[in-house]
Amino acid sequence: MRQRRLSRWLAPLRETTGVSRWMFWAGVVIVAFFVVLAVFAPLLAPYGFDQVSDAGVRFPKQGSPDGTHPFGTTVGNYDVLSRVIWGARTAIEVVVLAVVFSLAIGVPLGLFSGYVGGRADRVLVLIMDALFAFPYILLAIVIAFLLSDKLGQGVVTAAVAITAVYVPQYFRVVRNHVISVREEPYVDAARALGAPRRTIVSRYVLQNVIQSVPALATLNAADAILTLAALGFLGYGIQPTDAAEWGYDLQRAIDDAGAGIWWTGLFPGLAIVALVTGFTLLGEGLNDVINPLIRARSTAKPEMPGRTGGEGEEAILSLDPAPGTDRPRGP
Amino acid sequence: MKESSGSSGLRTYVLTRLALALPTVLILLTVVFLLMRVAPGDPITAALGARLPAKELEKRKEEAGYDKPIISQYGEYLGQVVTLDLGESVTDNRSVTSILAENGSATLELTVAAFMITLLVGVPLGLMAGRYRDGPWDVGGRLYGIIIYAFPVFFLGFLFQLLASQFGWPTSGRASPLVEYDLDSITNFYVIDTLLQGDWSAFWDVLQHLFLPAFVLGLTISGVLIRLIRVNLLQTMRGDYVEAARARGVSERRVVINHAFRNAMVPVVTVAGLQFAILLGGAVLTEETFNWPGIGSELVRYLNQRDYIAVQGIVTVFAVAVVIVSLLIDLVNAFIDPRVRYR
Repeated sequence: MRQRRLSRWLAPLRETTGVSRWMFWAGVVIVAFFVVLAVFAPLLAPYGFDQVSDAGVRFPKQGSPDGTHPFGTTVGNYDVLSRVIWGARTAIEVVVLAVVFSLAIGVPLGLFSGYVGGRADRVLVLIMDALFAFPYILLAIVIAFLLSDKLGQGVVTAAVAITAVYVPQYFRVVRNHVISVREEPYVDAARALGAPRRTIVSRYVLQNVIQSVPALATLNAADAILTLAALGFLGYGIQPTDAAEWGYDLQRAIDDAGAGIWWTGLFPGLAIVALVTGFTLLGEGLNDVINPLIRARSTAKPEMPGRTGGEGEEAILSLDPAPGTDRPRGP
Repeated sequence: MKESSGSSGLRTYVLTRLALALPTVLILLTVVFLLMRVAPGDPITAALGARLPAKELEKRKEEAGYDKPIISQYGEYLGQVVTLDLGESVTDNRSVTSILAENGSATLELTVAAFMITLLVGVPLGLMAGRYRDGPWDVGGRLYGIIIYAFPVFFLGFLFQLLASQFGWPTSGRASPLVEYDLDSITNFYVIDTLLQGDWSAFWDVLQHLFLPAFVLGLTISGVLIRLIRVNLLQTMRGDYVEAARARGVSERRVVINHAFRNAMVPVVTVAGLQFAILLGGAVLTEETFNWPGIGSELVRYLNQRDYIAVQGIVTVFAVAVVIVSLLIDLVNAFIDPRVRYR
C-alpha cells in the first residue's frame, strides 16, 4: 500500500523532463550535504564554534588559510572552517523551527478563513495583507529586537522573528486554495451526503490543499536562510557565543574586505549561497512536479488555450500567489 | 466580479482600491504601535534610563504623555501620523521629519539608482530568456535568477568591496569627505546637487560612491524581474493577437518586437511596486554594508540606542510609503491594462 502511494507520488517526478529533474536532484544533493554537515558538526568541525585556542596555543588573528586552519581565522580568532560547519547546524535548526512554526499557525488560519468565510475571513485577509506588504526585514528586525530581552538572542528568537514574516504567505496560499476547492463538486457531494464539517475540512479540503505546501515551504526555507543571515548581519540574530551564524561572521568580515582579507567573508558567504540555491532548486523542482500546468512533459506539449490558459504561469502575474508560486522575494 | 463597461469599471476599481488602502494603513499603524508598546519599559526610560536621575525621567515621561492610558497614547500617535509630525528622537532630539529629509534622500537616491540597474540587467535578459525558450539564454537566465537570488546583498557587497579595494574605488559613504564638506545641499540628492553646482569632479566622485551599492542592490533584485518578464513573454507569445499577426504574414521579428515585447512589459510596473518594499528592506542591508547614511542605517542606529520614538517614526514612514506605492502601482496598472479592472 505504502509502496504504491509512494510510486504514485513519484510518478510526476518521472514525467518531468531535463531541466526540472536536474534542478530537483541538484537541490536534493546540496540540501542533503548541508544536513549532513549540520547533524555531524561535532565530528566534522576541527574545533568548537567559539574556540579561540587549542592546546594552550591561541589561534592567530585574521590568519590566512594554512594547514592547521584550512579556511583561515577571523578577527575574533575563530577558526573559519569550524564556524562554517557549525553554522550549517544553526541554519538548519532555525529553518526547521521557523517552517514548523509558520505551518502550525498559517495553515490552520488559512483553512479556517477560507472555509468559514464571511466577516472573520475579511478581517484576517486585511490583517495578513497588511503584514505581507510590510518590508519583511523590518518586521523581522523589530520582532527579534523585542524578543531578545525576553528570550535572549538565540535560535528560538530568530525562528520566531522569521515565522512572523512567513505566516501571511502560508495563510494566503492556503486560504485562496481552500476557496477554490470549497466549491468543487466532490466537496459539494460530500456535503450533500451529510458528511460532518470536520470530515469535509480534514479529508477533502485539507488533503487537496496540503499539496501546495511542500514547494512553498521549501522556497520559504531558502528565504528563511537569507532572513536569518540578514538578522545576524544587522546584529539582531544569534550571538557568536551561542552558536555559529554565517550572517554575523559576514558582518565581522566586511571591514576585512578593504584590507584584502578574503577568507573571513568568502566561506560563510558561499555557504549561504549554496544552501539557499539548494533549497530554491529543490522548491522549484517540487513546484514543477506538483503543478502539472507548468510541468513540461517529455511527450508532446499540450496546447494551452489563449490568454486565460496556463493557470500556473498566469498566477505569477497576478498579485495573489497561487499555490506553489512564489512572490518576488527579496535579497 | 460584475462585468462593467470601460470608464465606469475603472472608476469603481479606483474607488475600491482607495477604500482598501485606508484599513491597510490603519492596521499597519496599529501593528507598529503595538510592537513598540510591547517593548520593555517606556521609550524615555529605555533610551535615557541609565543617564538621567529618576525625577528627571518622570518629568520627561509626563511631558511626552507616557503616563496616560494606552488608548489615548494610541489616539495621539494616529493624530501625529495624520499631521505628519512624528515627534522627536529621544537620544539626539532630531525630529523624525528631519531624519527623513536628510537620510531619506540618501535612501531614495540609492533605491532609484538600484532600480535602474535592475531594469538594465533584468529586462534584456528576461526578454531573451522568454524569446528563446529552453535555449541557452533561457537556461542561463533561469540559473542566473536562482543564483543571484541566493546572494545576500551584504555578501555580494563584500565580494565587490574586495575587488574595488584592488583599484582604489571607493566603498564607503556617499562622497569623499572633502567633496561632502564643500557640497551645498539643495535637494539632498548628491547627484543632482553636484550637477546644479556644475562641479564635475564632485559629480564624478558622488557617482563613483553611488555605483557599487546601487549595482549590488540592483543585481540582487534583477533575478526576480527576469523570471517575471520571461514568464510573461511566454504567455503573450501564445496570445491570439500574436497568432493573428503571424497569420497576417507579419515577420516573426516584428511580431516579437511590436506585439509580444510591449505587452510583456506591462507587469514590470507591478514588479516595480512589489520590489519597492523589498528594495527598502534591501536598502537597510546595503546601507550597513557600504556605510551609506540612509534611513535604514539610521533605523539600525536608533534601534541600538533603544530610541523607540525614532524607531516608531521611521518604521511608520516605511509602512505608509509601501502602501502608497503599491496603491499607485495598482492604479497605474488599471489604466494601462484593462484586464486588471475586470477581475
